[in-house]
Amino acid sequence: MILDCAIIGGGPAGLTAGLYATRGGLDNVVMFEKGMPGGQITSSSEIENYPGVTGEISGMDLMIPWPAQCQKFGLKHDMVEIKRVSKDGDIFKIHKEDGTVVEAYSVIVCTGSSPKHAGFKGENELFGKGVSSCATCDGFFYKGKEVVVVGGGDTALEEALYLAKICSKVYLVHRKDSFRSAPNTVARVKKTQNIELVLNSIPQEVYGDNMGVTGILVKDSSGEIRDIKAPGVFVFVGNNVNNRILRQEDGNFLCDMNEKGEVIVDITMKTTTHGLFAAGDIRLSAPKQVVCAAGDGAIAALGAISYVDELLNH
Amino acid sequence: MAKYIELTASNFEETLNEGVSLVDFWAPWCGPCRMIAPVIEELAADFDGKAKICKVNTDEEQDISVKFGIRSIPTIMFFKDGKMVDQIVGAQSKAALAEKINALLA
Repeated sequence: MILDCAIIGGGPAGLTAGLYATRGGLDNVVMFEKGMPGGQITSSSEIENYPGVTGEISGMDLMIPWPAQCQKFGLKHDMVEIKRVSKDGDIFKIHKEDGTVVEAYSVIVCTGSSPKHAGFKGENELFGKGVSSCATCDGFFYKGKEVVVVGGGDTALEEALYLAKICSKVYLVHRKDSFRSAPNTVARVKKTQNIELVLNSIPQEVYGDNMGVTGILVKDSSGEIRDIKAPGVFVFVGNNVNNRILRQEDGNFLCDMNEKGEVIVDITMKTTTHGLFAAGDIRLSAPKQVVCAAGDGAIAALGAISYVDELLNH
Repeated sequence: MAKYIELTASNFEETLNEGVSLVDFWAPWCGPCRMIAPVIEELAADFDGKAKICKVNTDEEQDISVKFGIRSIPTIMFFKDGKMVDQIVGAQSKAALAEKINALLA
């Protein structure tokens, strides 16, 4: 059987694409996601800008009802990791990690992005042993202790606020002297007693013992090194797009990409390859917001429905 | 369908003492832990009678978490005859975890 549409990735973009594709009339639609759907937002402690959802809600709570809503309209979930998507004539081939291949008439790529490492010494070696990119997951292990947050964007500030409620003190290390986060969030950070702003400073090296991190060295603009003795270092310095599945055996990508590795799409989420759509964080200029990813998913699904109808019925 | 084993301070050692085991350190508030929950359930069924698939709720079993130096979840540890032989941090695919168990069973 050839799928009408294969959706790769199960975050807000993939789930919304699944909802629209199935409800819009495509029969065989499978979303490929290696575990429980929900996406990167399930690691966020708080989301206050999803329209209509008010009150304090975590990213995980926001996403809980989404999969069941899609399944009601017939979306299937294959719990497997996808290695590659290729195209042979009009047919896409979805290469699963177990070596088997599924065929599809259309594909919507929603593989999103993953937290970037900042690149300081010791970061990779101590990742999971004191260095973390998920405050809701790991903040608990630092209850009543001091932690360091690295970064100056929305995520860094929101997660610093979350950690300030659990930890005795949060050092917010940022390479500039101002923040590019929402003004409301910046004001809350500045008002929080136990957040110390360590500005114009860059992490040099995180160090520790066999039980994990014990501290971090940061350098300020005058070149002075400060030793912050804290067992937890949370890094929020942006994301890398997950574009690996589009890379072909010859090293080229299945469609055109920009210099940042993001998929080039038009405003209907069409890529330069017919029948291939991209939605969410993986596309160029993505605002990296749940509401935008969901919107992309809907647009891509509507495009996929028209494309499949054209291909099979005309 | 076989279910995973819920480990606590009282059954931790005797459960892992013999054979090959996978232990998923998790907590209810952790998104990536929730993501791999159905993977752990399937592994428990697939390896029924061959390997022990276990979970430790780090919120309730803090002594075990401290003993193994858990600082990030999910952390997945692999044990052979009571000895911790390998660990991975972060959400993994079912195939990646099955491969590690199979290597230890071989």
